[in-house]
Amino acid sequence: MTVIEMHDLKKDFTVRVRAGRFRRRKRTVAAVDGIDLTVDRGEMVGYIGPNGAGKSTTLKMLTGILTPSAGTVRVCGLTPVPQRTRLARRIGVVFGQRSQLWWDLPLHESFTLLRHIYRVPAADHAARLARCRSLLDLDDFLDTPVRQLSLGQRMRGEITAALLHGPDVLFLDEPTIGLDVVSKQAVRGFLAELGQGGDVTLMLTTHDLADIERLCRRLVVIDHGHVVHDGTIEALHARYGSRRRLVADLDAPLPASFTLAGASLVASEADGHRVSFTLESTTAAEAVAALMASASVRDLSLVEPDIEDVVARLYASPGDTS
Amino acid sequence: MDRLDAREGVVTFGALARSGFRRWSTYRQATIAGAFTNVVFGFLRCYVILAVAAATAGGLAAGYDAEQLATYVWVGQGLITVVGMWGWTELADRIRTGEVAADLLRPVPPVVSYLAADLGRFGHAMLTRFVPPMVVGAIFFPLYVPHRAGTIPLFLVSVVLGTLVSFAGRFLVNATAYWLHDARGPIGLWTLASGVLAGLYFPLRLLPDWAAVLLYAALPFAGMLQIPADVLTERDGPALQAGLVAVQAVWAAGLLFACARVQKRAESKLVVQGG
Ligand SMILES: Nc1ncnc2c1ncn2[C@@H]1O[C@H](COP(=O)(O)OP(=O)(O)O)[C@@H](O)[C@H]1O
Ligand SMILES: [Mg+2]
Repeated sequence: MTVIEMHDLKKDFTVRVRAGRFRRRKRTVAAVDGIDLTVDRGEMVGYIGPNGAGKSTTLKMLTGILTPSAGTVRVCGLTPVPQRTRLARRIGVVFGQRSQLWWDLPLHESFTLLRHIYRVPAADHAARLARCRSLLDLDDFLDTPVRQLSLGQRMRGEITAALLHGPDVLFLDEPTIGLDVVSKQAVRGFLAELGQGGDVTLMLTTHDLADIERLCRRLVVIDHGHVVHDGTIEALHARYGSRRRLVADLDAPLPASFTLAGASLVASEADGHRVSFTLESTTAAEAVAALMASASVRDLSLVEPDIEDVVARLYASPGDTS
Repeated sequence: MDRLDAREGVVTFGALARSGFRRWSTYRQATIAGAFTNVVFGFLRCYVILAVAAATAGGLAAGYDAEQLATYVWVGQGLITVVGMWGWTELADRIRTGEVAADLLRPVPPVVSYLAADLGRFGHAMLTRFVPPMVVGAIFFPLYVPHRAGTIPLFLVSVVLGTLVSFAGRFLVNATAYWLHDARGPIGLWTLASGVLAGLYFPLRLLPDWAAVLLYAALPFAGMLQIPADVLTERDGPALQAGLVAVQAVWAAGLLFACARVQKRAESKLVVQGG
């Protein structure tokens, strides 16, 4: 079942730039420039791209707080802006940079208030809150006014707040930005568990690719308002030529003439005692066997491709779908 | 179904109002300092206005006797914060920073949730900011005691209506931030106008008749302070007394309607700031 649907979605912003002493010229910025995307129920989608790529703008249009300039968008079968209030009951939203909690009140009062705002039956509310309390470790600061919470504590509160009404879709814009390691782990673990249920659809933007590797099977990369990649992380690696690496510690350096079929030597460290090969057209097993046959190997490791490298390379090269 | 919806609506509204009350009750020191300031200025204003009244023929100024004038002053000091005349920039700030997004992501229209919170604030101010000046005023000055049975209930209605007028006015000037990005100009003008035109500095009926009629009926400000004070001091006969409250009701309804329209207009062309 399709939960999110965008068709040729666009958003232009008009910005005024100074041109001379009094004159101002209007300039149009295409923040989102023709996005086509559908997301099915239960999918967890990582929505990434460099700063200014249009991620937040897309999420604002999906949640009904920004009117698209062109194209169509539907979430849970509703058109976000005109049906915003109805949609609000079906979605949960966290914008990492701002808060939906009541600043002056203890955290638990925000939760109670949200129960009334969304008219959640008391039993459902209690069950969901209990789950969040244990998985996100909220108990230590439930009585603390929100303005006194650390960023990590607040973010755990925000995520709870977004889930208490049992939304079908969860939109998270940079939920781990600026968090300490412990909070990051807690948030990731929680979202992973949430995703396992298969009921909640999740769309997540982040700068931290570890979030994506941990959580999202599907990765959508956008740049300048265009989708430049849509698929699994493996597909991204395959497409942009990232390979696994075989790293070996040797008793003695390899002879200069040594080659490994289907792989190429990319690094030689510690006077040739540590070598790295990228595996191109060979399997790890074959490469290991070939290496063992011709050198005395002390230790071996296989390094998975790093998504950061791939994405860095992707951002550096101009989008090839435009 | 509709009955259920209405009941749930009341429950939601009540919860939002309670939270408004709670939010204000977390600032105890500010509340105490504010009430103290109101009392101090009450003494100043009261001595000045009684001196002016004593200097005029028969001790009557603008048709109020000394007791009515003292009551007008102390009620005014109590109502400044109750109706929330000054200093509310929350909506404008949230629009400017983009925090308003959180309001829009909820299934309650923003005008309703802000109104509910403001009525919570009203309840808190009634207890903490209205009572102290009235008590102090009554101890140190002879205040006017209403003679008619209907005056006190009518006064309470008038105060609630005054709060609605004030809320709607504040909401509208704050909402200019949707278009202007900086609403300090309109908010400043509103603050300036509401002090003078609501009758805080002098009773509006010191002015010539035509000006007084204009300020009572053609502008909303008198409804925030002058009319509640007139109602409590029984400045006019029962018919005019009730008529003034009706004027407040018309203004409150009109301004709240305008708030809903403006909010809707803003949402249709909305640009939420920030990532
Ligand atoms: N309210 C706005 N007015 C003008 N330009 C905007 C506005 N919001 C975003 N933009 C521009 O749109 C582009 C995309 O922004 P955004 O969606 O916030 O990017 P991301 O979240 O991917 O970092 C940027 O160039 C940004 O400057
Ligand atoms: Mg962003």
